[in-house]
Amino acid sequence: MKAFSYGRAQSVTDAAIAANKPGVKFIAGGTNLLDLMKLQVETPSTLVDINRLPLGKIEETSEGGLRIGALVRNTDLAADPRVRQHYGVLSRALLAGASAQLRNKATTAGNLLQRTRCYYFYDVTKPCNKRVPGSGCSALAGFNRIHAILGGSEACIATHPSDMAVAMRALDAKVETIDHEGRARTIPIADFHRLPGRTPQIESALGTGEIVTAVTLPPPPPGTQVYRKVRDRASYAFALVSVAAIVDSVRGRIRSARLAFGGLAPKPWRVTAAEQSLANAVAGVNSFDAAADAVLQGAHGVGSNDFKIPLTRRTLHAVLGEITRI
Amino acid sequence: MDMDAPVGANALDAEKVVGKSLDRVDGRLKVTGGARYAYEMQQDALYGFVVEASIAKGEIASIETLAAERAPGVKLVLTYRNSPKQGTGNHREAHPVLTGPVVSRYGEPVAFVVAETFEQARAAAFLVNVRYDRDGGHYALPQHLDQARVPHQTDGAPADSEVGNFSDAYAGAPVQIDVSYSTPLQSHAMMEPHATLAMWDDDKLILHTANQMLNQGQQAIARTLNIPIGNVRLVSPFIGGGFGGKLWVNADAILAAIASRYLKRPVKVALTRQQIFHVTTHRSDTIQRIRLGTDRDGRIVAIGHDVFSGNFPSEQVYEAAALQTRSLYAGPNRLTRHRLVPLDIPVASSMRAPGEAVGLLALECAMDELAERLKLDPIELRIRNEPAEDPEKHIPYSSRNLVACMQEGARRFGWDKRNSIPGQVRDGHWLVGTGMSAGTRGNPLRYSRANVRLDPDGLATVKMAMTDIGTGTYTILAQIAAEMLGLPIERVRVDLGDTIFPEAAGSGGSFGAASSGSALFDACQALREKLAVRAGMDPNTARFGDGHIATAERSVSLTELVGSGIEAEGEISPGRNNQDFSQQSYGAHFAEVGVDRDTGEVRLRRMLGVFAAGRVLNAKTARSQAIGGMVFGVGAALHEDLVLDPRFGYFVNHDLAEYHVPVHADIPPGVEAIFLPELDERSNPLKSKGIGELGICGAGAAIANAIYNACGARIRSYPITLDKILTHLPTQA
Repeated sequence: MKAFSYGRAQSVTDAAIAANKPGVKFIAGGTNLLDLMKLQVETPSTLVDINRLPLGKIEETSEGGLRIGALVRNTDLAADPRVRQHYGVLSRALLAGASAQLRNKATTAGNLLQRTRCYYFYDVTKPCNKRVPGSGCSALAGFNRIHAILGGSEACIATHPSDMAVAMRALDAKVETIDHEGRARTIPIADFHRLPGRTPQIESALGTGEIVTAVTLPPPPPGTQVYRKVRDRASYAFALVSVAAIVDSVRGRIRSARLAFGGLAPKPWRVTAAEQSLANAVAGVNSFDAAADAVLQGAHGVGSNDFKIPLTRRTLHAVLGEITRI
Repeated sequence: MDMDAPVGANALDAEKVVGKSLDRVDGRLKVTGGARYAYEMQQDALYGFVVEASIAKGEIASIETLAAERAPGVKLVLTYRNSPKQGTGNHREAHPVLTGPVVSRYGEPVAFVVAETFEQARAAAFLVNVRYDRDGGHYALPQHLDQARVPHQTDGAPADSEVGNFSDAYAGAPVQIDVSYSTPLQSHAMMEPHATLAMWDDDKLILHTANQMLNQGQQAIARTLNIPIGNVRLVSPFIGGGFGGKLWVNADAILAAIASRYLKRPVKVALTRQQIFHVTTHRSDTIQRIRLGTDRDGRIVAIGHDVFSGNFPSEQVYEAAALQTRSLYAGPNRLTRHRLVPLDIPVASSMRAPGEAVGLLALECAMDELAERLKLDPIELRIRNEPAEDPEKHIPYSSRNLVACMQEGARRFGWDKRNSIPGQVRDGHWLVGTGMSAGTRGNPLRYSRANVRLDPDGLATVKMAMTDIGTGTYTILAQIAAEMLGLPIERVRVDLGDTIFPEAAGSGGSFGAASSGSALFDACQALREKLAVRAGMDPNTARFGDGHIATAERSVSLTELVGSGIEAEGEISPGRNNQDFSQQSYGAHFAEVGVDRDTGEVRLRRMLGVFAAGRVLNAKTARSQAIGGMVFGVGAALHEDLVLDPRFGYFVNHDLAEYHVPVHADIPPGVEAIFLPELDERSNPLKSKGIGELGICGAGAAIANAIYNACGARIRSYPITLDKILTHLPTQA
């Protein structure tokens, strides 16, 4: 860990101003950042502690949705009665992630902004375009079992490891921010995470001196909500594939479907064509296959992650079957 | 005493204390933080941090230490340029560090930074700038099988064995199984990292260090540092797990010792979790071929087991995965061979049940394949091949109750309800299957000494350089002394983990309890004789109980006899019994798994291990040991996989986020272990056998066989992860 200076932000604007220079990182739960700092994957010169900012509430919005403060802990968010009742997919996604101890510390914004678990990213002695732009990608021709089959580039095939964000993607969440000049903006979660392209070091739409203040959820969509996480052990493992599904169906006919995927791509993955193919479709092998085809359009493995293609198809089948048989 | 003859009836047979289900005597210390581990010893110590080589093979072209030396708090940066010349040997004999510019394996320490605080040392370690000239090397076992050679192991069993004429018998066998299995690289992943606090008192070195075999460690450290063995003291009263990873001296101990001598201050160091994977040892991966030839009734006529494993070029230790195949089943024609491939990766060494743990993953699945081919129940197949004597050595077994383990296990598990056709049982989206495996593990005995003293306050004190790595050694030794001396266990104090105490075998190879316990038994016998003489009683008939020594006529309180304190020494030597008798512990594993019909995820539903391992010294700690071993087997079957990247010659997933071991959620409540009553008169005076490793032996194979029964996927490459199962699953409807 490199020596750094530490300060505590007194207000949101104060935090944004403090962050408006290079080398500054916010720290909230610290569950990811501190690990990375110990390995010198992250070497901030300044940490701005935002834990005392008033961003820890979950409030109902006038539209009938929820506004989740950036500092709401994962445990609290998962346990909130309104979330459990109306946004079950989010609650389940949160509880599928990490461990109880980590969820007690981890925050909503921190979870969105957590970094990839790519083995090579974590080892500063190995080439990694995300860590050192231009140094090369070790995963492409290496061990890439947990890596992306969609949305990657020649520069980077790292996946985003969050479960929470996958559920939020299915829920059409929006990320609220404030910048150092006090300007607020709202970023649809679809646009919040960036695909790597040639700049895998840029992972989100946040600008310098911009801080996440909340995540809003629109009113709950109709349908059954499911989060299915497929992983190598029963707990404390990142998703190989996960599906957040919200499907409205009656007696085997699907009215509408939303599907977001984790473990497949550098960001929570959602394919409009797949959802459209399911709208007004009869639930069954044919419609599920068509949806899977649409999701996996352009998917390709690079060796150890090839299995994610059939696994995604099978997992989607299982989830859709489970929901539409209810 | 030498273990040369059956022990006959002895004072432990009463089992008033021994065998009972007692809590650990050190349990309270552990849960309250009172048990101090090496790194927790409070001294005015400096902190060290290891800088690892980030290449696998080559030479240091330049190493710049100035920035690190100038960093805040830094006292010393050791590199090969300022390190003393050290003694050499294989990894068991010596552990020289920073010996020169040549890098011969990934993670080898290239610098050691010592500072006032841990944070300063760690930060400065990143400032050491090393440039390398890389060489090519050989890293991946499967790619270099053509380099395999016959290992020259100096201790233990020979690499090859042959009885009869395997190839002719196999060729002529009407039923043949010829299958290859592979097991991955594994890391011990014990809870406590390797850690040492080193300090010097003039020319005498004291090391508080996490080490399983202190007397071996003492020798290796003396040899490495070129100092007399009498000048080395190892202190290790508590060890947070080892599984073989702390059998031998590691870099932490030597680096701390050198730095401490240089700086004339205590120096402490703990390897980081990530460093442990490369800086210390691991279990080699294996490629195993099993050939079984039987007659039409399933009687083995030819059994062959070939094993490839890898190790650092100068090492001779191989993964002895065919060892159990030499004694587990009958058959007149036998062939086992171990071949070792030199690889430029960190040293491979013992990990819990070296040999059997991975050997049985192959052999016991091959037996399952054979049973299916013969349309025989897997237990019946094994019973038909139960040998009357050791089939290679042609000597009797000291005791062997494998059949009883299988039968009792079958009864308790409900084996008769099993559908042997794969893929027939469903529970919701789970395909459910059951499988079984036999288990066996060698039962060694090693030289150990013990001292026991009885003081006027009625307190007995045991002293041994034995270790307790979390297994319960403190507790079983207290039970043995209490039983022998007729004292309540609360009146026995056990001091372990210090080389100033009498030499002991340490913890490893399942020999710890038997070796240390037998030496203590012998010491207690000697003390009983002294006390009987003082009481004017016949030592052979006097009874010890309730703090008294008694005959039919009279009873004397021990405290009246001890004067200012009385003590005795005892010792145990292996003797001839381990050559005259084939000594193993035995077990049978039964597992039920669910395989998700859609995703191939495997989840254990229940598991039973039934073991016959001589006298059980403490029912509670024995059960914990057995279940711990079975959980190890779950990891071997389903999770553990240290992945080598042959481009860099390193282990890619070197942390516990991506090197998966089972977590609590993977182990359901229905995991149970039981021990059958057994006394082995030929094993040692306790009539016990080792149980530290038995639980793992066969456990993973039972799970693999259950997976096959659940879904018809016979996966011959461990661990059995869902990606390997996926293609075997039924089409989704």
